[in-house]
Amino acid sequence: MTSILEIKDVSKQYNDFSLKKINITLEKGYVMGFIGPNGAGKSTTIKLIMNLIKKDSGKINIFGFDNEKNEIKVKERIGFVYDENNFYEELTIQEMKNIVKRFYKQWNEDLFLFYLKEFSLPINKQIKDLSKGMKMKFSLAIALSHHAELLIMDEPTSGLDPLVRKELIDILRSIMEDENKAVFFSTHITSDLEKIADYITIIDNGEIILSRPKDSLLEEYCIIKGSKDILTPSIRTSLIGIEDNKYGFKALYNKKTGNLKSLVNSLIFEKTTIEDILLFTTKRGENYVSSY
Amino acid sequence: MDILISNSSDKPIYLQIVNQIKRHISSGNLIEGEPLPSIRNLAKELEISVITTKRAYDELENDGFINTIPGKGSYVASINTELLQENKKSIVEGKICEAILLAKSIGLSLKDLIKIMSILYEE
Repeated sequence: MTSILEIKDVSKQYNDFSLKKINITLEKGYVMGFIGPNGAGKSTTIKLIMNLIKKDSGKINIFGFDNEKNEIKVKERIGFVYDENNFYEELTIQEMKNIVKRFYKQWNEDLFLFYLKEFSLPINKQIKDLSKGMKMKFSLAIALSHHAELLIMDEPTSGLDPLVRKELIDILRSIMEDENKAVFFSTHITSDLEKIADYITIIDNGEIILSRPKDSLLEEYCIIKGSKDILTPSIRTSLIGIEDNKYGFKALYNKKTGNLKSLVNSLIFEKTTIEDILLFTTKRGENYVSSY
Repeated sequence: MDILISNSSDKPIYLQIVNQIKRHISSGNLIEGEPLPSIRNLAKELEISVITTKRAYDELENDGFINTIPGKGSYVASINTELLQENKKSIVEGKICEAILLAKSIGLSLKDLIKIMSILYEE
């Protein structure tokens, strides 16, 4: 089976930042959350997928096609939702839609009107007068009205209130009832991912730290707390992102690969979250231990 | 059919689904040949990811509780009564384990525990 999105050994060099041979694969039918600190390379990666900037090396296949050679063909089938507004502010929803729809062969006007109603978007309102949530929903309505099979979203939930975020997640859920679709989205709000993502990919400093099913991450990793006395060098190597204070330490631990079984009784094990995994695996400083 | 997911439970979500569907089948709430919700619909309703429900269904299929026909959906399998009995027994064992742990924590002896059990059983 061909993947809906395949990024292979892609590099991009800037003066002060580089994306180092990254690999990401997403199968159709699933949602992948793409997370990492600011400046880690999330937007650069998304721009490369959308062919808005040129890669130095590597390959990006979408629906099995090279995204540069088949740009138009590929983009017809992608819905792109961007954090910043990429529409003409002075136009109304109606006018903007009339411009955009000409780019898509598969445009479905009835479907667009259905989503306008569903998302409560006022068709005659100027885009500059829309709230942030409405702009995001307008982008989404456009994406859905040309039957996009792959939704690529760059921080769609940032700056949105919890209600609108829940609305977006619910919309994504109904999209995912169709097993031929896939969603790739970057975000800072990891709690959104816990609700919907099938896969989590963490990027830091231009490198992919991990890219795995969310459930197995949450099962394998845990937060561990204990006395600093047990922190021998060999124990340190099986802990990730050790944080200590006067009265003890805290770290991320992989139950599957770690070797702390003998110390189980003197340690506290707690369930972890995607946010913890992000924070501990991308921690800066001398305690930084990568397990990958 | 009720399926209730606890996010604070130590049990992984897929396992919670597996156990609850097994219980529905054992109790006769779900009968042989009855269709189950699709993986994607269940994920949507329970507000969890698709991969989680998929794993639950895979597990149920491996354990012989459901059959999945590609492109059509999943159905309650014909369960042999032995398997059903075995499954119910393991539920009983789990409950007894809980009781034993609690008993130990308050220093109740095995003898006392058995005594309580016998009285309750006869009721």
